[in-house]
Amino acid sequence: MLDLSKFQSLGEALRAALERWPNEVCLIEADRERENTRITYRQFKDSALPLASAMQRDGFQNGTRAAILMTNQSKWLISAYAIFFSGGVLVPLDYKLPADEQLRLLAHSSAEFLVVEYHLWRAMMQTAEFKSMRARVVLVTEAPAKADLGGAERWEEYRDPSEPTFVPRTRKDAACIVYSSGTGGRPKGCVLTHENYLEQCIALTSLYPFWPGVHYLSILPTNHAIDFMVGFIGPFTCGATVVHLRTLRPEFIREAFTRYKITYMALVPLILKNLERGLRQRFAELSPGKRRVLNALVRVNKALTKNKPNLNLSRTLLKQVHQAFGGELRAFFVGGAFTEPSTLQFFYDMGIQVGNGYGCTEAGTAITLNDFKPFRADTAGKPLPGMEVKINNPDTEGVGEVTVRSKTVMSHYLDDPEMTAETIVDGWLITGDLGRIDSSGHLQLMGRKKNMIVTEEGKNIYPEDIERYFEGLPVKEFCVFAANYLWPARTMVGEQLVLVVHSENERPLTPEIIAEIGERNRHLANFKRVSGYLEWNRDFPLTASMKIKRLVLAEQIRADRERSQVVAL
Amino acid sequence: MKTLDQTTDEVLNLAAQHFKVPRDKLNSGDDFFKTLGINSLQALDLLTRLEQHFSIELPDYELQDVSDFRTLAERIQSRL
Repeated sequence: MLDLSKFQSLGEALRAALERWPNEVCLIEADRERENTRITYRQFKDSALPLASAMQRDGFQNGTRAAILMTNQSKWLISAYAIFFSGGVLVPLDYKLPADEQLRLLAHSSAEFLVVEYHLWRAMMQTAEFKSMRARVVLVTEAPAKADLGGAERWEEYRDPSEPTFVPRTRKDAACIVYSSGTGGRPKGCVLTHENYLEQCIALTSLYPFWPGVHYLSILPTNHAIDFMVGFIGPFTCGATVVHLRTLRPEFIREAFTRYKITYMALVPLILKNLERGLRQRFAELSPGKRRVLNALVRVNKALTKNKPNLNLSRTLLKQVHQAFGGELRAFFVGGAFTEPSTLQFFYDMGIQVGNGYGCTEAGTAITLNDFKPFRADTAGKPLPGMEVKINNPDTEGVGEVTVRSKTVMSHYLDDPEMTAETIVDGWLITGDLGRIDSSGHLQLMGRKKNMIVTEEGKNIYPEDIERYFEGLPVKEFCVFAANYLWPARTMVGEQLVLVVHSENERPLTPEIIAEIGERNRHLANFKRVSGYLEWNRDFPLTASMKIKRLVLAEQIRADRERSQVVAL
Repeated sequence: MKTLDQTTDEVLNLAAQHFKVPRDKLNSGDDFFKTLGINSLQALDLLTRLEQHFSIELPDYELQDVSDFRTLAERIQSRL
């Protein structure tokens, strides 16, 4: 790989990679069984530079912010390189958010340029917020020939043949603004520097190296910190190939493994569990004799890899299992949410390593990662090289709040010095998660201190963001909490939200109000729904500016109510 | 050309068959994640089954923010 310590910026590192491996394939884009694109690093450069040139012609300069709103595909990475080449700050937006929320984040980021897929742009144009859209240049990809683009330009035609100027940036300059949450009242735009990314890449590739010939399967959204690192910066600075699959259908994911001889893939627990389920089902369908043989081979593999993995041995012993994943798979990376140890163990017993770790966008992706020396399913691994992890105020069992110090920790939250000061204290990032470090240096996660949940799909949900969907409910006041925040549980599995409702004059909720709560809840995306409601009969404690004192209210609820009193919706 | 009601009815029949639930337990306004007790990947599986039945191709994004049978049927109807 390239020696990233020599580079000042992502643009500089990527530029060097394009020169170093001109004939290697850098991108393959597949949609179901069709292959849309297959390009080399040279062709990638030839696509990106005329785009950069056109952007510079239209006033793109050092520090200009540009948002990308696309599903995983080659144009995402080509556009990102054009932005970095031109000294820009990239704002990767989540394509899975509703269009009005995307527009709010776009406005918050002050991005002047927007690169967007047609179907997402069409949805944006239909919202009330569209009128106040401020992006100066909008480039729409894959728009049908006669589509109304509302003044936007076609990405495919937006080119300038003149030579663009490479704009250098320093390590401390902002590279990206990544929204970790807060699409409601208070957007959390993590400003990550070039140094944050370069250092993270050095740390991750020291454990999981890439090289020309490695095929990384990209299905997690590229706007997500994990795929941005292991599905773009990591493989590109090592001359490897990224395979974009434009569908999440399980049957096409399975097919892609064998067709593209995948080496690595990052996924969320939900997909990993789905793969586990599929394998277990296939095992159950084996004849009793074959199943006995398989179980015996798994036992042998387990015994021989107890202390450290032996990929070649596992591939020989459990050939058919490994063949089902294409025969070249070295590891899965799982992240975005907590993964159950039994799932990690299942794959390890088959000789398939799962790089399980812990991280957050604010820390520049991963903080800890499994090092397989030996494999342990019950922890989130050890701190990556360059990461210092400290437990704040540990209790008698050593459990306290996880804090991190490293060159990968973000610079600040965009336009929010108050939240930045609460989150980064004396150089330490306060994660809001609870954990302990065991005697062998592994981090064990023990729940959350902050009022939030993470779904199995890796989505961070902040209760405050859900409250706006219940605005106007005919009750005196209401508030949404993470159930585990009200009643702490030392688990990060099956987290749920609870709506706390205080009715007028402390009267019991009427069937009409309950029906309305249910109706509003049904209109939310499934991962945003509250699991139930809790009736409360006292005024909420408020600040001088009439905001709910959530911490105090949570303490009151904890003292007065039990979790079993939550009425399921 | 099928009517939206016919399409919705066929969607409900196929969903019941696919996830082995009694057809009379499903209504067009139901949230399929909740009624069927499925996650987003299982919903994609259903989408594949529906594509085969209606001989259409629906990109994954068509299912984004769709959670009831009726809206799903509308998305299918627009491609028939």
